[in-house]
Amino acid sequence: MNLRRRYLRDRVMVALVYLGTLLVLLPLGFILLHVFTQGIGALDWAFFTQPPAPPGEGGGGMLPAIVGTFVIDLMALAMGGLLGLGGGVLMAEYPDHPLNRPLRLVANVLGGVPAILMGLFAFVLVVEPMGGFSAFSGAVALAILMIPIIMRATEEVLRILPWELREAGLALGLPRWRVTLSLILPAAKGGIVTGLLLALARAAGEAAPLLFTAFGNPFLSFDPLGPMDSLPLKIYVYAISPYEDWIRQAWGAALLLALLLMVTNYLARRAMRRS
Amino acid sequence: MRSRWYGKLGDRAFTALLVGLGLAVMLVAVLLAWELASGGAEAFRTFGFWGFAAGRAWNAVAGQFGAWPFLLGTVITSAAALTLAFLPALAAAIAVAEYAPRWLAEVVAYLIDLLAALPSVVYGLWGIFVLVPLVRDHVEQPLFLWSAEHAPALMGVLGPPTGIGMLSAVLVLALMIVPYASSLARDAIRLVPRDQREAMYALGATRWEVVRRVVLPYARGGIFAGVVLALARAIGETMAVTMLIGNSGQLPYSVFGPAATMASLIANEFAEAEGGLQLASLLAVGFLLLLLSLVVNLIADFILRRMSVGEGRK
Repeated sequence: MNLRRRYLRDRVMVALVYLGTLLVLLPLGFILLHVFTQGIGALDWAFFTQPPAPPGEGGGGMLPAIVGTFVIDLMALAMGGLLGLGGGVLMAEYPDHPLNRPLRLVANVLGGVPAILMGLFAFVLVVEPMGGFSAFSGAVALAILMIPIIMRATEEVLRILPWELREAGLALGLPRWRVTLSLILPAAKGGIVTGLLLALARAAGEAAPLLFTAFGNPFLSFDPLGPMDSLPLKIYVYAISPYEDWIRQAWGAALLLALLLMVTNYLARRAMRRS
Repeated sequence: MRSRWYGKLGDRAFTALLVGLGLAVMLVAVLLAWELASGGAEAFRTFGFWGFAAGRAWNAVAGQFGAWPFLLGTVITSAAALTLAFLPALAAAIAVAEYAPRWLAEVVAYLIDLLAALPSVVYGLWGIFVLVPLVRDHVEQPLFLWSAEHAPALMGVLGPPTGIGMLSAVLVLALMIVPYASSLARDAIRLVPRDQREAMYALGATRWEVVRRVVLPYARGGIFAGVVLALARAIGETMAVTMLIGNSGQLPYSVFGPAATMASLIANEFAEAEGGLQLASLLAVGFLLLLLSLVVNLIADFILRRMSVGEGRK
């Protein structure tokens, strides 16, 4: 092949690669733009402070859904964080523990399970025995979604820390649990927080696991044992509704949710850089 | 006394706590599979495992349940979405990791990560109000009018031009997995050592030859594993698909027609299920979905292990 043809092919391929990138970014940028322009008009005072109006009446807001999102997600983070951190620390700090191989396998498998199945599971495990839809069951479903993400992130950060750090602690006569709690975890704080926040951002956007667990509730509620609303759930219900005002509010909720997730992702990145 | 509590007993308690948490995680995973299997057992008993998986009827009134239309719907939509998404995703990954100047690469990578974080319902919302009218007015309507004039036989296959159906679902699904596939491919390409590229440049290779002969072969394990993981994600994707696919229990008969996937069926019917055999059948569909995504994930794992060059991942 002569030189000119090789150069030509090189240029054509560069152009194609950039064209493909554009093909990816254009529709996606279009989506972002659309969410922003459609949503910004719906974000008024009532949107943040009012409960939803009855179907077809117009007005009203998203207060129960906004509150519910935070309540459900924080409950999920508490449960998922505990189990995920425990598993991650076990895998990183006790590398030859016999539980590690099956645990790693389970974490991989769990990471690939579709989110809606977490909802089914929480339904069978929590909703049915307790006799009704509840925010708690939704939090259980989301917690299971978070566990593999937190576990993997925790294990990865702890692995990066030099083994000498542990040896230094042990040489001072500290027992292993003190080394882990007072040396390793503080040193890895940034990375761990990043993992927690990424898991939170991932779970907070999910509606599927909440469909038949948290279920939704038009009234402001703080009761973890009763049904509760959540932004993704509300977007789904409003998007397929026939009411224009609900659809307008669905765009507003989409924008709000997207902004919340962006902030969470930004904080996650910053925590990583700080450590 | 304090030092004993502090040392040996403290260590033992701490290890026990960690092991307990680890066991709890494993218990959750095992219980998840078990509950779906035992919840769906009644359906499997009534129709037989293969009879249920290959059954073509889904009719709550007649008490007939079969997962075949949904299994097919899941496989077709996710495979089609992946086919559409693969080359653009790879192109974006190459652009970010190889070609683009640093500032541009950072902007593009940031945008792609942002879009990977956008929730499924938001894609669904956009699909309903932007994509569906687009598909209806500019693809299906002209096709429908054309076939009405020239090939009336086609009309039955095309169905009424509503815009809701497999085509829209596949398009949105492709958009959703592009950022995911692209960021995995980007990570794989970034793992290619510098010296490999420099050696190739030193021999006088062009940029494309370096990508084609060095970067892609070296990163192929990671790239293919990423593709398969994207497929797994498409298989389990629920909300956007539920909002766009039309949720019909028939066998999918055309790209424009309505269909349903396993995930969309569960999302759509579960809350209203009457209990009994219908509930069991939905749980059984969930179990099949679990099996399918397990298989796909294991394939990704296998590829990652077999095809990575050098040390790879353990």
